[in-house]
Amino acid sequence: MVLNTTVDNLAQTSSREHDLISRVQDGQRELFYELVRPYERRVYAAALAILRNEQDAEDAAQEAMLKALMNIRQFRAEARFSTWLIQITVNEALMRRRRERTVPMEGLDGHRSGGEEESEYAPRDFADWREIPSEALERKEVRQRLAQALGTLDRKYREVFMLRDMEHLNIQETAEALGISVASVKTRLLRARLMLRDLLAAGWEQGWFSRLPFEKGTKPW
Amino acid sequence: MVNHIVSCEQVWREISNYVDGDVDQGLRSSMDEHFRTCKKCASVLAGTRNVVALYGDERMLEAPAGFGRRLEKRLTKKAQGSRWASWTAWLVPVAAMALVAGTLMLTSSSRNPMKSQHAEQGKDIPPDMVVVVSSGAKLFHVPGCEFIHDKASERTLTAKEAMQEGYVPCPRCLRQYLKTGSTRETGGQVAEESGVDGEEEAPVQVLSTAGQ
Repeated sequence: MVLNTTVDNLAQTSSREHDLISRVQDGQRELFYELVRPYERRVYAAALAILRNEQDAEDAAQEAMLKALMNIRQFRAEARFSTWLIQITVNEALMRRRRERTVPMEGLDGHRSGGEEESEYAPRDFADWREIPSEALERKEVRQRLAQALGTLDRKYREVFMLRDMEHLNIQETAEALGISVASVKTRLLRARLMLRDLLAAGWEQGWFSRLPFEKGTKPW
Repeated sequence: MVNHIVSCEQVWREISNYVDGDVDQGLRSSMDEHFRTCKKCASVLAGTRNVVALYGDERMLEAPAGFGRRLEKRLTKKAQGSRWASWTAWLVPVAAMALVAGTLMLTSSSRNPMKSQHAEQGKDIPPDMVVVVSSGAKLFHVPGCEFIHDKASERTLTAKEAMQEGYVPCPRCLRQYLKTGSTRETGGQVAEESGVDGEEEAPVQVLSTAGQ
């Protein structure tokens, strides 16, 4: 019953979205924000993952949405609208990074990443730790800990992980958005997940997910 | 079915694909068997699933306070601006058509521009349109075009960048921009798109129409 309700809700959302897209394509451009509002946090997060600066990310996200509005007629119904928005945002953020070079160049593989992309990554922590309940994410300090852990990954791993596991693009879409091969996406995703797993395992032992005071800090990504 | 024995290293190499359901049935069965007997790999699997579940949660995506409001304001301003531009844009085409018609009368057909056909046609493609190119090919495409060669080497960029790099528009997925003359199906559509960006893009459509 719950599943049916969820499916019905998704179908209604999708139908409403298609209706909004048609109306904006027909000239009711004032409805565009309503169309992108459900995805605005995803759009911002995608820009931030690439630019790593909140102001730059907001500028890029806004500019990307303006471009999406200008090109709304090129959107084809067979694609997912959210994916289309994310791809435009990633493209805008990558263009800005290339043009302005405001983001410091990172080494291709820092000491935390543990070797070359092509070599295999061996997990380091085999502690018998249980499933972390999603309720832990209600706490801001937990979200910040996770964001900090992600921020320690090198750029090439962080970006693939962000698009695939946080923005929920599929492998092919992630490859297209970043202009890399499907094989590279898979390799980088594997490594990112295993590195984050080790960091989470260490965090579990350090009490990240228990109720400990947390020092103030800024998001690293 | 006989399960092949897989080593811990093989399991680690495939664990990401396993979590994504992207391994064949034989390998999946072998890995399932391995997880039942290997405590270490069971720990790696549990941890990887934790990572995917926690980071994949919507709550991990945060935007600064007021981001939505500022975005709405900017989009609304743009939408209103485009409406004003569409009301006034007709003045520009009329003036430009007169100018171009006069120029055409003074210019003989033997003095055509030296641009290639593709370069001339490509000018109608919105410069900020997101397109895809792949290595070893000369065309750029709309994302998802079925005629993209070597999809593994795809990268995205804007149409303007693609043309600057020497790529030319795919005659299939971008055909609506390559049609010229009175048979052009989407001329009005492009004109309206151009109006969104105001005065800068309107003359592009004007010249295209005037050249018929």
